[in-house]
Amino acid sequence: MKACVVVFPGSNCDRDVIHSLSTRVKANVSALWYEEHKLPQDTDLVVLPGGFSYGDYLRCGAMAATAPILNAIKGYAEGGGLVLGICNGFQILTEARLLPGALLANKNLKFICRQCAVRAERTDTPFTSNLQTGQVLKMPIAHHEGLYFLPPNDLKQILANKQVVFRYCNNDGTIDDKSNPNGSVDNIAGVINKGGNVLGLMPHPERASEKILGSEDGGLIWDSIASWLKKGGRC
Amino acid sequence: MNYKAVGLREEEYQAIKELLGREPNESELRILGVMWSEHCSYKSTRPLLKMFNSEGKYVIQGPGENAGIVDIGDGWAAAFKVESHNHPSAVEPYQGAATGVGGIIRDILAVGAWPTACLDGLFFGKTPRNSTLSLMDGIVSGIGGYGNAVGVPTVGGKTFFDDSYEGNPLVNAMCVGIVSQEKIITSKTAKAGQLAVLIGSRTGRDGIAGAAFASAELAEDTKSSKPQVQIGDPFVEKLLIECCHELLREKLIASMQDMGAAGITSSASEIAAKSGTGIYIYADKVPTRDENMTPWEIALSESQERMLVIIEPENYERVEKCAQKWLLECAPIGEVTDDGRFKIINNGKTVVDLPAEMVGGGCPEIHWPSQKPAYLESIETERAYTLPQDAFRDICLSIISDPNVKDKSWIYEQYDHTVQINTVVGPGNPVSVIRVKENNKFLALTMDCAPWSCWLDPYNGGAESFLKAARPLWACGAEILGMTDCLNYPSPESPENYWILTETVRGLAQTAKDMDCPVVSGNVSLYNESPGKKILPSPLVGLVGLLETMEEFLPSGELEEGDVLFLVGPKKGFLAGSLFQRLLDKSIQGKPAQYTPTAEISFKERALRTAKDKCCSSVRVIGSGGLVTAIAKECVFAQKGASINLKSEHLVPEVLFGEGGPRAIYSVKPDKIAIFEHIWQDFGLLKIGTVQKEKTLEFLGLSSFSLLEITSCWRR
Repeated sequence: MKACVVVFPGSNCDRDVIHSLSTRVKANVSALWYEEHKLPQDTDLVVLPGGFSYGDYLRCGAMAATAPILNAIKGYAEGGGLVLGICNGFQILTEARLLPGALLANKNLKFICRQCAVRAERTDTPFTSNLQTGQVLKMPIAHHEGLYFLPPNDLKQILANKQVVFRYCNNDGTIDDKSNPNGSVDNIAGVINKGGNVLGLMPHPERASEKILGSEDGGLIWDSIASWLKKGGRC
Repeated sequence: MNYKAVGLREEEYQAIKELLGREPNESELRILGVMWSEHCSYKSTRPLLKMFNSEGKYVIQGPGENAGIVDIGDGWAAAFKVESHNHPSAVEPYQGAATGVGGIIRDILAVGAWPTACLDGLFFGKTPRNSTLSLMDGIVSGIGGYGNAVGVPTVGGKTFFDDSYEGNPLVNAMCVGIVSQEKIITSKTAKAGQLAVLIGSRTGRDGIAGAAFASAELAEDTKSSKPQVQIGDPFVEKLLIECCHELLREKLIASMQDMGAAGITSSASEIAAKSGTGIYIYADKVPTRDENMTPWEIALSESQERMLVIIEPENYERVEKCAQKWLLECAPIGEVTDDGRFKIINNGKTVVDLPAEMVGGGCPEIHWPSQKPAYLESIETERAYTLPQDAFRDICLSIISDPNVKDKSWIYEQYDHTVQINTVVGPGNPVSVIRVKENNKFLALTMDCAPWSCWLDPYNGGAESFLKAARPLWACGAEILGMTDCLNYPSPESPENYWILTETVRGLAQTAKDMDCPVVSGNVSLYNESPGKKILPSPLVGLVGLLETMEEFLPSGELEEGDVLFLVGPKKGFLAGSLFQRLLDKSIQGKPAQYTPTAEISFKERALRTAKDKCCSSVRVIGSGGLVTAIAKECVFAQKGASINLKSEHLVPEVLFGEGGPRAIYSVKPDKIAIFEHIWQDFGLLKIGTVQKEKTLEFLGLSSFSLLEITSCWRR
């Protein structure tokens, strides 16, 4: 797998994603500077990592969504290329309108860092192909703006399109308010575009890809992408 | 201008005139007023700090640089330091705490290390008044707001609650960084002819003379001190870290200093003094944020997120290009000379001309009068406490729900503690553990303090402050590499306060030395008092230990069903200053734990062997709240019950609620009891119960609690 991780000023999970991808699935990963206009040839996966791009000063992800590299990423996504946005990366993808909805301040208006359980709602995507439907993954969240929101009609639409890939849940997979850490609509933790090749999620798979870090479940997402690519999967 | 207006004492002013052979001009006086303040010069505590031993087999760099550095093997090193930001946090909690984190991260950056983990020591008022709650809220958000954005995980720390900290909150931030031993940067390596370059934020009027502000008691109206508080910008700090590391990788940096207290003045004069050179700063070349700043304002501004980098002149373009890449201001603001002078030149005119050594190092020491406080003579030491059986239950629940014991997740969940993917054991545990990717080893980190013991018995309280931080490291199986400390005290100008300060430092220094732990860095914060109120003596200790592998790590809170619970160490702890005693008496009374070096060394050796021999599932050193609290916490974390069966002679407050001394509970695997008993024989060993499936914690002969009841008391 040839992956690149975009580095914006203020990104702070870029090295973590690179470490995780290169150790877990032996991916050939490079860092890609936000001012670039092109992606490296034969890129299999683009990751927009977590962090505080531009300090999150205007609105999380809003400035990064206008960076030069985003045009290249849009073109790449239109051509079916795999794009994954984690945390701030998810915020950037919504700001760039590559994904529906928006991420607002957590319900308690505080930063929340804790281990969470999420349930896989779809297993037919490149990012979840190795999972079982309903499988529960443990991955940490760490954000101040992670409340996924979209107007009721749009929500209906993404539900109808089956665009919800992950939902916050209890350890046994049940979904309720208690298991919703940030007040996200419908416990949504991750959504995919209609084409099925652009995924955004708030939990950090790269922080849960090694046994020593308390969970390896995030690694299943890297495994899924690797096996999807191996099978020559297209979206 | 009068010397008193800049906070200098008469003898200091005389010393200045003598050293200069003339009267200082206004700018010079303002600069010396800040540089010779307590905060910058350590003039009151320098004689005391000499008591600390800073040598040891792992020490690469002791005190005097931006951070202490210890060897962690394979050519790698850990740099660490703790620093206070107490006064600013009292005035403007969010920014005060945030810039405290920013400052300590830059200290670690300045030695060339990558900032890898932060810990925080927080001290708050206990009574939940609105003022205390808003300070707490602001300080916690400030630490999170800064650390989270910079991408340095806050992996642990310690929080204390006592009403002596009301209005005088303490914020002590510690940072640990990893650096290749070959790439350590010092302030000693500047050479004449090199260029001084300022990288980072523009210089504004924020925080001018903040160091002098931190060296006096807080005014009644803390709002009048607002201009002395700096404003932090974690985004710029993050860019600064990336930029400096890129410059380091390209080997463009000859020497480097962060700009903290006293800004350009302290960073530039320190490099010159340590390198044995001079330095000229051109004030008009410093990019400013405000208009019409005077040269001394520029020289003393404490604007955040700035680094002073010393480079070869021919490399300037490359440095500038790198700074531009990271969206940072960059300006050549001075040059290193061979004349030993610290000069500030503005538009061709020399406005400050001082010997570089005198700026940072010239301040004479102050030997404050010292007198044993009268209250120590009148402390009642012989009071006996009884434990009525019907009161046991209520006392237990009060202790478990005391803020000093209670769950702190509401604090640490606001901190990103998992970024950089190294956090193996995070906050909420007695020891935090981070993985070092560079050499596949692990650092075990603790932070602790025994303020109540320090008040009752300063020497032994100082000792206990070290031991409280050390015992959990030994218990988890880590070897201690070094210590950093933050000495938080009220004004040294009161003879009683100075006596307490001296005695606690003596106890702390002696214990660290006996336990083979070098003190490699630290910070002093005095004058922590406001009208009518002063803090308890609070020497906060931060320790860094090494674990070769996680195989040898013994965790806490991992009780296994069927395990046998043992208490090791003296059966009785001390009630003086304990949570039990404070709750009962509503004051601090008695004689606390007395430091016994042989017992501590014996505990250390046995604890390390216990972890290595893998005969236990879990360990918890007995701390705040005593044995009962330690067992309750083990049960809550493991979500297992326990049945505690003590002889009636042991159902006394000293056993159940006593604190201090080398005492711990071990959860021993049933088939490994013989090994465990062999390790601990002749030390003090008592079988106290078993871990059970049933989710109750029962103290036979006293009372029984459901796990749910304890958990809900303990959680907020």
